Amino acid sequence: MTKGIVKGIIANLVQVEVSGPVSQNEICYINLGGVKLMAEVIKVLGSTAYTQVFESTRGLRPGDTVEFTDHMLEVKLGPGMLSKNYDGLQNDLNKMQGVFLTRGEYTDPLDEDSTWEFTPIAKAGDKISGGDWLGSVPESWISHKIMVPFGFEAEYTLKSIAPKGTYKITDTIATITDPDGQDIELNMIQKWPVKIPIKSYTEKPRPFKLMETGVRTIDTLNPMVEGGTGFIPGPFGAGKTVLQHSISKNADADMIIFAACGERANEVVEMFVEFPELDDPRTGRKLMERTIIICNTSNMPVAAREASVYTAMTIAEYYRSMGLKVLLLADSTSRWAQALREMSNRMEELPGPDAFPMDLPAIVSNFYSRAGFVYLKGGATGSITFIGTVSPAGGNLKEPVTESTKKAARCFYALSQARADSKRYPAVDPIDSYSKYLEYTEVQEYLNKNVHPNWVKDVTHTKDLLLRGREAQEQINILGDDGVPLSYHDKYWKSELVDRIILQQDGFDKIDQSTPMKRQEYMLELILGICAMDFVFESYEDVMPYYIKMINICRQMNYVEFDGADFKRYEDELKNIIEERRAK
Amino acid sequence: MATQAFQKIYTKLNSITKATCTVKASDVGNDELATVAGRLAQVVKIVGDDVTLQIFAGTEGIGTDAEVVFFGKAPTLKVGSDLAGRFFNAYGDPIDGGPDVSGDELEIGGPSVNPVRRKQPSELIATGIAGIDLNNTLVTGQKIPFFADPDQPYNEVMAMVALRAKSDKIILGGMGLSNDDYLFYKHAFENAGVIDRIISFVNTTEDPTVERLLVPNMALTAAEYFATEKNEKVLVLLTDMTLYCDALSIVSNRMDQIPSKDSMPGSLYSDLAKLYEKAVQFPDGGSITIIAVTTLSGGDITHAIPDNTGYITEGQLFLKRDTDISKVIVDPFRSLSRLKQLVIGKKTRTDHPQVMNTAVRLYADAANAKTKLENGFDLSDYDERVLDFAKEYSEEILAIDVNIDTDTMLDIAWKLFQRHFNKAEIGIKDEFMKLYWKKA
Repeated sequence: MTKGIVKGIIANLVQVEVSGPVSQNEICYINLGGVKLMAEVIKVLGSTAYTQVFESTRGLRPGDTVEFTDHMLEVKLGPGMLSKNYDGLQNDLNKMQGVFLTRGEYTDPLDEDSTWEFTPIAKAGDKISGGDWLGSVPESWISHKIMVPFGFEAEYTLKSIAPKGTYKITDTIATITDPDGQDIELNMIQKWPVKIPIKSYTEKPRPFKLMETGVRTIDTLNPMVEGGTGFIPGPFGAGKTVLQHSISKNADADMIIFAACGERANEVVEMFVEFPELDDPRTGRKLMERTIIICNTSNMPVAAREASVYTAMTIAEYYRSMGLKVLLLADSTSRWAQALREMSNRMEELPGPDAFPMDLPAIVSNFYSRAGFVYLKGGATGSITFIGTVSPAGGNLKEPVTESTKKAARCFYALSQARADSKRYPAVDPIDSYSKYLEYTEVQEYLNKNVHPNWVKDVTHTKDLLLRGREAQEQINILGDDGVPLSYHDKYWKSELVDRIILQQDGFDKIDQSTPMKRQEYMLELILGICAMDFVFESYEDVMPYYIKMINICRQMNYVEFDGADFKRYEDELKNIIEERRAK
Repeated sequence: MATQAFQKIYTKLNSITKATCTVKASDVGNDELATVAGRLAQVVKIVGDDVTLQIFAGTEGIGTDAEVVFFGKAPTLKVGSDLAGRFFNAYGDPIDGGPDVSGDELEIGGPSVNPVRRKQPSELIATGIAGIDLNNTLVTGQKIPFFADPDQPYNEVMAMVALRAKSDKIILGGMGLSNDDYLFYKHAFENAGVIDRIISFVNTTEDPTVERLLVPNMALTAAEYFATEKNEKVLVLLTDMTLYCDALSIVSNRMDQIPSKDSMPGSLYSDLAKLYEKAVQFPDGGSITIIAVTTLSGGDITHAIPDNTGYITEGQLFLKRDTDISKVIVDPFRSLSRLKQLVIGKKTRTDHPQVMNTAVRLYADAANAKTKLENGFDLSDYDERVLDFAKEYSEEILAIDVNIDTDTMLDIAWKLFQRHFNKAEIGIKDEFMKLYWKKA
């Protein structure tokens, strides 16, 4: 192993003089009076390696010794990760002693003593390679596949496999023979460097399947797809985190990985407290049982914050390779970009816009490209859907992180301060936001087939209604209530009906917080039906009270069980109101 | 601090800037303290044997032959129960003429709390100010700043909040306080007769600017001592964080770092988060709550300092002068306490959330009516009534000098509702109407 000696220290950037070969992104440990601080090589100049330390460097001195490990930053993969709370370097936070984090304390992400019910899938004599399924163990409600390590790219022969039974993760469950005839014993654990994508799939088609989130303004208006990417920019107080929490609670995914990246600790505590209590609407189990939280809050070391999103993505890729539908959420990717900026600054690189590194757009798009829907070797499918939040400085969307992300992500959910101020939650701006997937013919076909024959047309029409309503409102504001034709008021209030019933959603109401697609389809068709009607008004003063009446009834419908007796009663009431002014 | 026998002494400076100097030295640790010509300094950069020190008191008059003495340790604070009632400077040395504090020496800026060991904040902090207790309830373990323009009476309001809040210790971290404001705090604390539960770390405008970088960490280290060792509820007041950030930008500028937005260092977010995230509810009952002041320039919250602060803190409070009653109120529209949901209607009366929202909605209607009036439109009967309501609401509840408990605030709100409106206009759930809407 290469060894080195500390030569210089600037905050968490440490210069190390090395005595042997060293590679970019290699991990090393700096010995500070018996405490080992983990660090990553980020630049090499001659015999000096520049390393970023994942901990505080207080007290570090020139002359302290460094040991290199010959591998990059890795995660340890195997059964037992579900429901865990990790830090950005995949240390199990629950295993750490003490109220305060101790520098240099690294804990095992897996439980080596835990036992699992192994069922073999492959048979002796099978030709196998990296990512192939050897067997499975039940992890919570997921069938966790034990795979050939992803790095085994050549063709191997399965010599023997353990019979069905109970094993520890460190027990040998298979012996494989490499092309040279060497035998290799495998257990349930494998390691993978986080900066390298896991590519154990045969094909990555364009995504086509709708990914339900239960949030109407997303599902109906700007749908997310399985394996799609999206981002949520918004000023502070606009509800980014609330929206992401709401998606994580209701999304139709097999599992959720939540990367709390450089955000408030109390928000993560909220998840720690709530998720073990909340029910997952699909399985009836607790939400925590399908969740992994990667938590690197804003006061934890900056370099580990940068690593945390990669750790989360790699764990997501591992589970995707088992044929699972994974939803990855990161809050917030701006903090990750800021971590990159801090390091770039300390390395005295020439800065790009707003002092961010020049390659920020490339880094962001590389990261987003790791999401996606894939066909696995056995024909199964898996997906990673990725939604990140962005915290634009000063709420201004013309800043480098938002612009870089806009180029990479296919869905854009812009949170608007004006909507947040007027308590129109979720504050996603219906006109600025978009989903590129709505333009994919595959997605259009899927929606028209599975939701409603005219769905895509109806959604486009809804957007037109909203836009027309906004234009009418602007005219009313300029010319005054009686300065515009009556139809302007009608247009405006029709858009309000769509806004208040379809777009706005009460995230704290038991029923309204999540709407299944069938119900979304029913409500949209109902509202569009009303919008297509002509009503008779004597003066503009009649318009608002009439629509308010309809809105109130529809809102009550949103609050009760779909198709229940109350729902029917409100619907009948609505029909009567419609008849009051409907043009004959 | 006296020189001790085993300490290393160097006497040749290679370079001197306005805030830093560089000396050739060996076996020096990162973040280590030193004195340069008797002034306190801290190691901020080591390259080979070139050690760069940040001199807190500035480099005026420092010669290239100045004596540099390294202490072999990071900045520390001596903590003990006799911190209580004392005034200190940014280095933790007494400035009230009293004796030195005895006790353990703790490194300032210590490690973070493991997020899984934190408790969810759930204990309300009552201040008697309706703009806070009723509309933006504070919770122990919260961090929240006042966003105020320099002409607003934020120091007065903060002192009032501190004195009325039920906490075991109040720790003041004053950064760039004018001498007048420092004396104001001192007198306010003395007059209230609570001096024994107050600890102050003060850097005034008379002191060197860079010194104030130590103040928040001194205050928070003392807070951590009382919150973890004594399981006390500690309230930390930090004023003014904008001046703290200015000092950060000075140092980063002297070290040739590339500035990001508004000439602030690129690490501003992390620097502020490290301080604010010290606010915590500990599992054993102790807590640290941070109330800070961030002064704005012309109310601009998109500037890098308030902007980064807003992304870190759990809400923000705005002050506003209500012209109807010529008194200061906490602005009900722009202020926000993100943690209030954890306590209102749970630790307070169940009608609290609904009464709060209704009153703010009516107050908003009054603002619209005022605009109408200014634009020369006729007012409806409802407009007249909301205007009357808004005035009484400001006067009897919101005004900062009103000091009542939350139940009384709610009772007065109900009284005002009933005086000016009918049941339908209030629109509160029937279960509460039955309880609190008194029959005429």
